[in-house]
Amino acid sequence: MPLNPPQKTTGSARPSAQKTDDVNAQISSKLHQLYETVREEEIPDRFLDLLEKLDEAEKASGRETSK
Amino acid sequence: MNAAPGPDGPAEGLSFKREMLSNLPNLRAFAVSLIGSPDRADDLVQDAIMKAWGKQESFTPGTNMKAWLFTILRNEFYSQMRKKGREVQDSDGYFAERLSVHPAQYGSLDMRDFRRALEQLPDDQREALILIGASGFAYEEAAEICGCKTGTVKSRVNRARQRLQEILSVSGAADYGPDPEVGQVSDTAFVV
Repeated sequence: MPLNPPQKTTGSARPSAQKTDDVNAQISSKLHQLYETVREEEIPDRFLDLLEKLDEAEKASGRETSK
Repeated sequence: MNAAPGPDGPAEGLSFKREMLSNLPNLRAFAVSLIGSPDRADDLVQDAIMKAWGKQESFTPGTNMKAWLFTILRNEFYSQMRKKGREVQDSDGYFAERLSVHPAQYGSLDMRDFRRALEQLPDDQREALILIGASGFAYEEAAEICGCKTGTVKSRVNRARQRLQEILSVSGAADYGPDPEVGQVSDTAFVV
């Protein structure tokens, strides 16, 4: 087994399991943070207007075709 | 959380619109995380809204509209990428432009560094990571959204995490700078 004896871990070859967990946790939390920041923003007006228009257009065409 | 029909029941154009509205914050969050640029993301959201509206008959009331909208948005995303001739990046080629992020130098990961790292992921991996890690979908749901197998989603998420770790912890060997090769030259390096 090529397990490095602990005294060899100098400088760059620090035991990295904890470091990996650490980075992993940071990745998860940053991803959440990014996502949640956008999710909590108000819905831009352009989308409210768009849905309004789509809805109106549909009602108008529905009136025409359903008689 | 999401599948239950609202108090005023499914059916009818009004509640379709309302349900769509209630899913927009999530849809935007997905788009921005996927694309990076908020402007481009909102353009994509707009396209997805129009697409979704046009095919609302294909939505079964009472089922998961969030997943349905996400599917439409990501399909739109990939089809626009194809049209632009900007093929979905293959994994390694893109990563080859190595990042010089040194987040650990400052002790904690800066959001800008994170976003930059996220953008370096191949689209399919980034997508899987967001769906599972942020949007709250189960692997099965994500697989359905992406039109692939559950196992594929799992491996994409794993690869995404690994790659982000590589990018972001490269500076674990901070003294040596961001060249990943440095880390790989293990014991022999000390024999100089």
